[in-house]
Amino acid sequence: MSKNILVKAIDVTKNYGHFCALDKVNLEVARGEVCCIIGPSGSGKSTLLRCINLLERMDGGGIWVNDELVGYRREGNNLYQISDIEISRQRRRIGMVFQRFNLFPHMTALENIIEGPVHVLGEPVKDAEGRGRTLLERVGLAEKANHYPSELSGGQQQRVAIARAMGMRPDLILFDEPTSALDPELVSEVLDVMKDLAASGMTMIVVTHELGFARNVANTVAFMEAGKMVEFGLASEVLSAPNSARTAEFIKAVHS
Amino acid sequence: MTTATTDRSTGGDQQYEIAHLKLVPKRHVGRMIAAAVVLALLAALVRAFSVGQIEWSYVSQFLFSPAILAGLYNTLVMTVAAMTLGIVLGVVIAIMRISGNPVLSSIAIGYVWVFRGAPALLQLMLWFNLALIFPTMGIPGLFEFRTVDIMTPFVAAVLGLGISQGAYTSEVVRSGLLSVDSGQYEAARTIGMTQLKMLRRIVLPQAMRVMVPPIGNEVIGMVKLTSLASVIQYSEILHNAQIIYFANTRVLELLLVASFWYLFVVSVLSVGQHYIERYFGRGSKSIRSAV
Repeated sequence: MSKNILVKAIDVTKNYGHFCALDKVNLEVARGEVCCIIGPSGSGKSTLLRCINLLERMDGGGIWVNDELVGYRREGNNLYQISDIEISRQRRRIGMVFQRFNLFPHMTALENIIEGPVHVLGEPVKDAEGRGRTLLERVGLAEKANHYPSELSGGQQQRVAIARAMGMRPDLILFDEPTSALDPELVSEVLDVMKDLAASGMTMIVVTHELGFARNVANTVAFMEAGKMVEFGLASEVLSAPNSARTAEFIKAVHS
Repeated sequence: MTTATTDRSTGGDQQYEIAHLKLVPKRHVGRMIAAAVVLALLAALVRAFSVGQIEWSYVSQFLFSPAILAGLYNTLVMTVAAMTLGIVLGVVIAIMRISGNPVLSSIAIGYVWVFRGAPALLQLMLWFNLALIFPTMGIPGLFEFRTVDIMTPFVAAVLGLGISQGAYTSEVVRSGLLSVDSGQYEAARTIGMTQLKMLRRIVLPQAMRVMVPPIGNEVIGMVKLTSLASVIQYSEILHNAQIIYFANTRVLELLLVASFWYLFVVSVLSVGQHYIERYFGRGSKSIRSAV
């Protein structure tokens, strides 16, 4: 496997009963790249994202992050499911930002950020707090450190959630429709933070409907429909001159 | 009718001028009558007690007597011990119930079915009389006890009350766990938490907000339920009051003494519950605005 490839998904398949959510999907994301996954609702975008950090277990195929097979251990000709503790160890290197933020409501913004570093990575509270404040500053919320999530706007909550993901010093951050639950006027403040993050070299996989963001920030774009990867390539090519008629139709419909 | 229409045509503006009028509030006649009736009944009740054949001097004499205070202490000890066992069992059973393991969850369902199905008094008596079927207990070869030696009234009461309480508390805990949004579980997993850490750091603190009011009620219920232990000779407050009135025949006076102390303990606990609810409600808008 090439050295700069961080995430590689091969023939990933996922079924819910008779419904095929993912049908032999392939994806490759290089270190430091931003990949946007677009497509209509129910096309399997989020399911693919959730397979990468094992919130969903795939039924076939494999995903490698950092050349490490996610969720399994290979021994000779057997694949063994790894233990829950091993799974949580793999997840530490993969951050995730959710559509509905999912901040811990009983903790302040700063406590949300240091929860993982202190209680999972075992960092001293002082160090974690210092780094947490720096992260809050970076997402423009230095003065909100002691506010509870219920006291913050949707856009502010999502920025704290991004800082929480960064607090774990991940190799990769997954974004699951990060702006879909926001008031329209709050979308740009979150996208700006994501742009900064991309510029700093973070590897990101972003499920989104924001084609403008994809055009400006993404290196690669994947278009999915009905559990299939319809098109995957450089952002400029997929968005401006798509190969498939279906992709062109979707892009046109979103823009109009 | 006709005059009204004429008035309107001539001095129409006047009828819309109401700012200078005096507002006479509505009179709640029904409420006043109901309040008067209830107050009269209450006065009659107070009078009945004051002229009834109650020797109030006995009430005040025994209110702080050593036997009653010792009983009060034992009631509190029993409440804490049985409730602790109940909460520990409740948390374990609730987690077994929602775990994916079919054997564990079936056992949890069976536990709730059995121990919620039998009266607490009956369960106390079963534990107390366990020696009838198991004369000795222990692990053969390692250690062994005579059952009558360890199954004291205290132990039998803690087991009987705690285990049946566990059945109720597990349902409270389960509803608390289910009240936590699935996104919270996912967020906790995403930062690499193991199952146990997720429960302890993320899920239980949030579930507590839902669990505290019903558990508070159950603690208050347990204070009173400990009186059942008087049946198996545990010397809690009611048992001690009974011993005294068997000797001096002042039945009602001593029952009033016991009721005073139950009411006192329950009142103190209610105040404590308020503060615990406020603590676990931190970060929640609805609670904070109410405080």
